[in-house]
Amino acid sequence: MIRPLTVFVLTLLLAMPASANPALEAVIADNLDQIEKPSRRTVEPVVAQIAATGPEGLALLSAWTNRSLGMTDDGRLLIVDGDGATDAVTGKPVPAADPKMLRPNSGVRGVIESALVAGEISDPDPARRAAALASIARDGTAEHLAALRAAAPEDDPALAVQRNRALSLLTIQFDGDPAARVAAIEAMAGDVGLDFRAALNPLLATTRIAAPAEPTDANIARELAVGDDGFPREAAIALLTSQGVLQPRLTPADQRTALAANIEGGSVGGVAVADLSDPAARDRAYEALEASGAVPPAATDAEAEAALAAHRFFEVYAEADSDVTDAARAAQVGAQLRLAAMTGVDLGLDALSLASIYFLAAIGLAVTFGVMRVINMAHGEFIMMGAYTGYTVQTLIADRTLSLVVALPLAFAVTALAGVILYRLVIRHLAHRPLETLLATFGVSIALQQLAKNIFGTQARPLTAPAWLEGAITVNDVIGVSSIRVAIFVLALLFLGLFLFIMKRTRLGLEVRAVTQNPGMAASMGINPDRIAMMTFGLGSGIAGIAGVAIGLFAQVTSELGQQYIVQSFMTVVVGGVGNIWGTLAGAALIGGLSKVIEFLNPANTLAAQTFMILFIIIFIQFRPRGIIPQRGRAAEA
Amino acid sequence: MSALLEVDGISVSFDGFRAINNLSFSIGAAELRAVIGPNGAGKTTFMDIVTGKTRPDAGDVKWGTPPKSLLRMNEAQIAREGIGRKFQRPTVFEDQTVADNLTMALKAARSPFAVLGWRPSQASVEKVAGLASEVGLAAQVGRKAGELSHGQKQWLEIGMLLASDPRLLLVDEPAAGMTLAEREQTTALLVRLAQTRAVVVVEHDMDFVRRLNCKVTVLHQGSVLAEGSLDHVTRNPDVIEVYLGR
Amino acid sequence: MTDRPTRQPFILRNPSILAVLAVLAVFTVAVTLLSQAYGSGVIPTSTVKVLGKTLCLALAAVAMDLVWGYLGILSLGQMAFFALGGYLIGQWLMYARTEAIVAASLAGNPIPPTPAELQEGVANQIFGVVGSSDLPPVWSFAHSLPLQLLLVVAVPGLLAMVFGWLAFRSRVNGVYLSILTQAMTLALALWLFQNDSGFRGNNGLSGLQNIPGLDGVDQARLSVWFLWASALALGLAYVLAAWLVSGKFGSVVRAIRDDETRVRFLGYPVEGFKLVVFTLAAMITAVAGALYYPQAGIINPAELMPIASIYLAVWVAIGGRGRLYGAIIGAVVVSLLSSWFTGGRAPSIHLPGYTVNWVDWWQVALGVSFVLVTLFAPKGIAGIVDRLGGIMPPRRPGRDPGPDQGALQEQEAKA
Repeated sequence: MIRPLTVFVLTLLLAMPASANPALEAVIADNLDQIEKPSRRTVEPVVAQIAATGPEGLALLSAWTNRSLGMTDDGRLLIVDGDGATDAVTGKPVPAADPKMLRPNSGVRGVIESALVAGEISDPDPARRAAALASIARDGTAEHLAALRAAAPEDDPALAVQRNRALSLLTIQFDGDPAARVAAIEAMAGDVGLDFRAALNPLLATTRIAAPAEPTDANIARELAVGDDGFPREAAIALLTSQGVLQPRLTPADQRTALAANIEGGSVGGVAVADLSDPAARDRAYEALEASGAVPPAATDAEAEAALAAHRFFEVYAEADSDVTDAARAAQVGAQLRLAAMTGVDLGLDALSLASIYFLAAIGLAVTFGVMRVINMAHGEFIMMGAYTGYTVQTLIADRTLSLVVALPLAFAVTALAGVILYRLVIRHLAHRPLETLLATFGVSIALQQLAKNIFGTQARPLTAPAWLEGAITVNDVIGVSSIRVAIFVLALLFLGLFLFIMKRTRLGLEVRAVTQNPGMAASMGINPDRIAMMTFGLGSGIAGIAGVAIGLFAQVTSELGQQYIVQSFMTVVVGGVGNIWGTLAGAALIGGLSKVIEFLNPANTLAAQTFMILFIIIFIQFRPRGIIPQRGRAAEA
Repeated sequence: MSALLEVDGISVSFDGFRAINNLSFSIGAAELRAVIGPNGAGKTTFMDIVTGKTRPDAGDVKWGTPPKSLLRMNEAQIAREGIGRKFQRPTVFEDQTVADNLTMALKAARSPFAVLGWRPSQASVEKVAGLASEVGLAAQVGRKAGELSHGQKQWLEIGMLLASDPRLLLVDEPAAGMTLAEREQTTALLVRLAQTRAVVVVEHDMDFVRRLNCKVTVLHQGSVLAEGSLDHVTRNPDVIEVYLGR
Repeated sequence: MTDRPTRQPFILRNPSILAVLAVLAVFTVAVTLLSQAYGSGVIPTSTVKVLGKTLCLALAAVAMDLVWGYLGILSLGQMAFFALGGYLIGQWLMYARTEAIVAASLAGNPIPPTPAELQEGVANQIFGVVGSSDLPPVWSFAHSLPLQLLLVVAVPGLLAMVFGWLAFRSRVNGVYLSILTQAMTLALALWLFQNDSGFRGNNGLSGLQNIPGLDGVDQARLSVWFLWASALALGLAYVLAAWLVSGKFGSVVRAIRDDETRVRFLGYPVEGFKLVVFTLAAMITAVAGALYYPQAGIINPAELMPIASIYLAVWVAIGGRGRLYGAIIGAVVVSLLSSWFTGGRAPSIHLPGYTVNWVDWWQVALGVSFVLVTLFAPKGIAGIVDRLGGIMPPRRPGRDPGPDQGALQEQEAKA
């Protein structure tokens, strides 16, 4: 019944001629000096009165808080917009006005904005209602609570949900009735929204106090014992000092200043200045000064001890009602538990995407190492080449999606070709000399890196993802993963599938497996190990190129791009075990997962995280020298 | 006579394949023994276990008197206990001279610091020269081992085994790739060595085994199939079926 | 050629040692006589420093050759020990110098400072850049030169020992071991990059060219002194290394390189030998670093990124591994060429349509030439020296010289 009435009133208000708002005019006339020089403490009734006068009042308030309200010498209020101005009461343009602009301070503006928001909750425009709710959610006050309760029911279902949530949150924070607050907290228990947690936090804020006995009037969170974790003796003494129970203890700097101020004839308190480099001598000198009354006495250890013994220490809630704090505590614990679970899920997603990247980067390395027992140090540069191929294609083809579609196979082709050339020119001639191969490919690596620098310059080149890959898939405040990472995961899965297909279902795969397991026997069966090695090398390098494009989509393309991934790729291969794609997958999963977990446990310090990661791998190798999934058979024994 | 080496019910499998299956074997302090068996019978794995290269899944290997287990020792410790091994293909250090190869094998303290403090003495030089002439390499002492012929490398390796003076010698197919004259020489040497120590010869070649004229152990699928004189085992129907009869 | 027990000192039995020592002595005397401080001044002080640093690099290369050329372990982490040596000597240099400065500034106060105040002032000076004012525990010995000198060899030695023990006992070798050494270096570098590692993060230690207590000595003289010290260290280390690889120990070490399994069956504790050589090489490398960084003046974690260690391997390979003088030649030639080419003093090559600027192209040339050396001259420059000296390599039919081949033979023996 109320709703049609409100609509009617609103329609009436809007339909009224602009000149006729006598209520507003009256309020302005009565409170002119309050409007001109508002005070945060007293302005509230005025603002409420203005807001109650209807749309003109709200427009005036809006102009006021935006500092575009001016006052003429004759006490009229003008809304100034650029060069023009309109009368706040009549809405008529006022030509050639030169009003004095009103500049309310932030406290006053806060009051005005609350009133505005309260008014806008009932605005017929859903967009403005949504904005008002967002504003309340951001920065709610007790006035908002009253306004929300008083406002007409919301008929937009989405906004109604938002409004109910805002209402609950405001109830938790500002309702005068503890029972209502407890009910609101319990109703929202289990929610992990940031806003809910933010609403609980102030309720659970505590301060530490020292008192001779347990205070009866305070809502005590817990009693502290001196020496507890997080409450060392120093903290207790500092607390006593800050409460004025204990004299401040003498700091070395104060002592030095005091001594320096009391030098008389080359000595202080009977101690020669030259001897004062000894802390014990300084103490003696200070005590002498204390005795003579030249300096104020400082707290002694004995005094501190006595004060500590005479006091008990408590953490006290700022919130006085224990029912509310108990409910809030319970809700917070629940929220934290669910939050931990969700953080775990989010961490898992992060780890999965990192593992996909390592997998893509390492798979080529693992293949070549498995078949030829050589480590290709230039593998990282193949990744870089793939990324630069992607960049070059993007400079030629403007359409991002199309350029990506072209870049992926092209990167594969370019790096596969580079791999085949490297194999033909270098690696083939160093057969069975893995250490020399390692160094020769390192030579290739530094040459390629410098070449890239010479061609593309040292600054980072962007490789922009198409629009449909930008943004993120967000489940809630906690769980979210960027679309590019999902795409990389899909790409990794794709290559796992492709690779398994090649290995298990094609002639090439059969021959590769034969050469991996027993090169001599494979050769005698008519398989040309040289050709197989070349093909695998090309395949492995090609995948590195694909990985390069993928990595380039979220990282900057520089000539050092490969270097950042090569060591992790090595680790992946070493940890996973060679000659087996599942080993590489397991290695990538382990390294990706572990990096994320270590990073999570030590979020401030990714460098330390990487250090621990590598240390872990060195230890890991102690127990599984051949990786998670070792190569089987007698050949692996030697 | 108590046994020098007592292998007691060992088993080992690689990826489900049982290379050695409850094998027991023993040899005295001065005895020559030939171990024969078809490919895959577990001969090499057996030697790997005795020399510490492979750990058995079950069973025990006891050594000397009082008997102590070899299973807790690594290859080097086992070698220092006095078990020498000669590989099928000659494995000598090709980048070093014959004298260096022999000197390294000489019985002496093996720890890094002891080796660091080791100086050639009159006795050691004479020992090396004596060994070199014993294996017919007197003229080659100063040459790098890599320059020797295949047969000479075989002899150098035998010389290295003699230099370390083992109590148990494991020899893997010594006759492979040797001329008839060399075989005879080798046979004589092995028989002579077995007078003062235990010698186990793993061999395919029946003629060679016959010439050794010693007790024979036949391995099949990782276990002992038969044991006794060559004539005794060649009459064993099982042996004929799995080995000789094919 | 027959080995008779000789009472001759081993140096006389190895003429190459005398040759190297003689060249080193002549070089040192010549540089001294041409230096600004003690001679005609033809060689500017900066060049003397470059030469002194090059000797230190050669020293590190000798140690690398011990590990790689003789023991067969391609360690991609040697420069970690080099930098550790630099950091450890740098701690004393920086502490002692800062202490002098702080003491001088506190002397103006009415009251003489307590030791604690002095230390606090030093800590503030040194760690202000990383937002800390406490002296980390790792600086506990920084006030004492003898202790810190002891640490220069003890810490890298201990690190090498622990790492080596872990790696060798699990029989990690070949490429795996190389990757593992690289990982160790990277871990150390990343750790040092942190601000709270206690080593000033990526600022590193600086001002190391100023030797505390030698304020009256100018850099011209200091640089020559350091050249002498570096030459002396190189000479001593060369003799030590040559002695190590000349006798039966050297025989065993080379045998381990060629066929580790076989050596084990001879009864030698292979891991022990590896550990001794690896640790000793780490200590030598650390001494080289401790001599290098006072001449360089600054050290930061970038110095021990894996790439630096790979360069060391490159020098040894180009010089010729398995030859101690080869390592020296490689380090001296390649590092001097590198600094010449990258220093911008090398003349550009003008091609039609393109100018080859060596600052941009030296890395490419180095990379390519390195591939070429590996492919066509696996014995490096020392191989050429050998040929000139008439030392023909032994004819080894059907065998590659590589250290990895030994194991293959063992495989075949099993088959």
